[in-house]
Amino acid sequence: MSAQILTANRLDDGVVVYLADDGTWAERFEVARVARDADASADLLLAGEAGERACRIIGAYLMKVADNETPQPLGTRETIRGKGPSILTELGIGI
Amino acid sequence: MPLIKGGKIVADPWLHAADDEVLPDEGPVIVSLSRWRIEGDSLRVRIGPIGVRLAADEPPAGIANDLDRLALIALDFPVFRDGRAYSHARLLRERFGFDGEVRATGNVLRDQFLFMHRCGFDAFVVADPAQADAWLQSISEISVWYQPATDSRTPVLALRHRHAAAAAE
Amino acid sequence: MYRYDAYDETLVRERAAQYRDQVRRRLDGELTEEEFRPLRLMNGLYLQLHAYMLRVAIPYGTVSSAQLRQLAHIARRYDRGYGHFTTRQNIQYNWLRLVDTPDLLDDLAAVEMHAIQTSGNCIRNVTADQFAGAAADEIEDPRVYAEIIRQWSTLHPEFSFLPRKFKIAVTGSPNDRAAVRVHDIGLRMHRDHDGEVGFEVIVGGGLGRTPIIGPTIRDFLPKRDLLSYLEAILRVYNQLGRRDNIYKARIKILVASVGAEEFARLVEAEWAEIKDGSLVLPADEIARIEAFFAPPPFDAPDSDAADFAARRGDDPAFDVWADTNLFDHQQAGYAIVNLSLKPIGGIPGDATEAQMDAVADLADRYSFGEIRVSHEQNLVLPHVRKADLHDLWRALDGLGLATPNIGLVSDIIACPGLDYCNLANARSIPVAQQISNRFADLDRQHQVGELKIKISGCINACGHHHVGHIGILGVDKKGEEFYQITLGGTADENATLGKIVGPAFAADKVTDAVETIVETYVDLRRNGEKFLDTYRRLGVDPFKEKLYATH
Repeated sequence: MSAQILTANRLDDGVVVYLADDGTWAERFEVARVARDADASADLLLAGEAGERACRIIGAYLMKVADNETPQPLGTRETIRGKGPSILTELGIGI
Repeated sequence: MPLIKGGKIVADPWLHAADDEVLPDEGPVIVSLSRWRIEGDSLRVRIGPIGVRLAADEPPAGIANDLDRLALIALDFPVFRDGRAYSHARLLRERFGFDGEVRATGNVLRDQFLFMHRCGFDAFVVADPAQADAWLQSISEISVWYQPATDSRTPVLALRHRHAAAAAE
Repeated sequence: MYRYDAYDETLVRERAAQYRDQVRRRLDGELTEEEFRPLRLMNGLYLQLHAYMLRVAIPYGTVSSAQLRQLAHIARRYDRGYGHFTTRQNIQYNWLRLVDTPDLLDDLAAVEMHAIQTSGNCIRNVTADQFAGAAADEIEDPRVYAEIIRQWSTLHPEFSFLPRKFKIAVTGSPNDRAAVRVHDIGLRMHRDHDGEVGFEVIVGGGLGRTPIIGPTIRDFLPKRDLLSYLEAILRVYNQLGRRDNIYKARIKILVASVGAEEFARLVEAEWAEIKDGSLVLPADEIARIEAFFAPPPFDAPDSDAADFAARRGDDPAFDVWADTNLFDHQQAGYAIVNLSLKPIGGIPGDATEAQMDAVADLADRYSFGEIRVSHEQNLVLPHVRKADLHDLWRALDGLGLATPNIGLVSDIIACPGLDYCNLANARSIPVAQQISNRFADLDRQHQVGELKIKISGCINACGHHHVGHIGILGVDKKGEEFYQITLGGTADENATLGKIVGPAFAADKVTDAVETIVETYVDLRRNGEKFLDTYRRLGVDPFKEKLYATH
């Protein structure tokens, strides 16, 4: 199974967030908690459900990452979600 | 499930009968359209008013000829997004002249009360009493109605021309 | 333009208050996301890739300078200093916080604006010709009827939970700039043999997954019958449109499946019951709304025409701009001015808050305080004296709004695409930027001539690629962005859907492909043929050969 992290949008402002190692919802994917087996992924999803019930986040789902020193999003869509639009360099790193 | 009628929760006298349920000899019952079609004659022999529930894909034209024998029509919203019953309610009232109870059942949420009321619904079965508490607020949240509907609320067009006529005098 | 009375004002304020309460109930947890989502959509609020996006309604693309200033204020206060004008004449803000949106709606209400029904399965913004009330080729101003339909459709209790979204467009000119043939209902104003003006009613057109040119279900509908007829159409659709499959739920699917003739029969049967009821549109109401759209106090001396011609002679840059960016006005001495939001290499349809404020000032100075939003992600100043054109052009040039490219190859329509949109499969804006940069040379663009490129980042076709002369559809092929090209589409009165030219192109090949198509056209064209003419004469084969030739 490839490495996964949990991502969602924050309810009150729509910002993309990731479940961090410390259990908080962070804006940076670099600090996301990585799941490397099915049990860990299931735990991530439970944390997502808890976040939704608590009205902190919406639409939590698992996404695949490159399991480097820090997790890196895979694919154009998750890269854009993580770094910002590819077209305006002041709002995102740009790809 | 709580029933809202006349703006508040009231006791619901109607038995919502399943197709295979044995009906009591007396008292108001609501049956499905297919049961009505099969048992309509014998139901009329009972003591007690009869209601028919229509599914979202059962248009009121299918019951139009029987309306004088019915005291209630229940229209179902299988999911709140399924808006067919709004048209069905209007047709029941405006096309077929039904003046018994038109009841909303299914996924009925407070944010649709005003729309339903304007389309001729006068009773609402909701999932929880909190929805009922919100009735008065929901109904009065919007006090401007652009278009005529089933209800007697005066559309803006009529109000504007009334004012213009009064001003002209 | 239409001005709110106390009723209209009350409605938008009450709606904003209702929405504020819905947001509170969401944040408190009283409403689940599933329950809240349709409520926020009915106020135009989407959750997109990065943040919440709000689509503000600009009814039939007409906005006053005061309103445009408020839109600038909103961009500054709640967003990141810019907004995006859409192919349905609305404006979108991409970076909103849910918690700010109730205040934002209050700010809109303060200037007679709202975001009501700009999303959701209800009747959306009614669009019209962006040159309405100004174009020389117009029979009557369609905005009168767009406004009447807007009011009738707002918070319509029966039609707020339709099978799917519903889009209506009106044109008052035989030259259709409102794309009426690819709308759920298109209305084309025309005269019958007695000279009475009424509507041709076209139902079941659309783009997206199943693009269809809508059939006419009624050749002539008198004005008096407009609302009752629309109500009949919507009532048939509300009852019979599919509820089981969102990809087959638009009215175009219903019309195609029962056939136009049967659909018309169903509508006429329903209409017969209601045509003389409470929806009859009285002549005095039409007159009341018409008064709002009366022409402004035009005042241009005869000498203007000669002045204007002289200026063009003196100033080549002004001349080039006048050639592409102006449109003929009904009134002698006036012109319609297109403001290009397509600077070379820029993001199509975006305007900064500074640009919006400046355009509002220019509108006050030169266009009776009125601005229009086109269907092509550009802005319009509808009533400019020819004598003022040179001064206006210099001001626009300073703002980056005078690129002389209207209708040319760099006047590209592109949806927000995968950079912003949750639904997208591929990016569209970078493709538009690359094509624009490739054709940066304006002389070359003028030599190529009229060529409308439209780019969508997914099959929902918000970029209207089906009706582009060159249409580009972004697709996902095994995780990579590929682009499928169509040719020969057009949204005007001869509406045609584009034809796929062949296999899709990789992201790094699509600009070359577009250039190949353009060069092929230039090589093969005869005597002033535009791209569409050459394509229609020769078909897709010559383009296909050049694009897919093995080397």
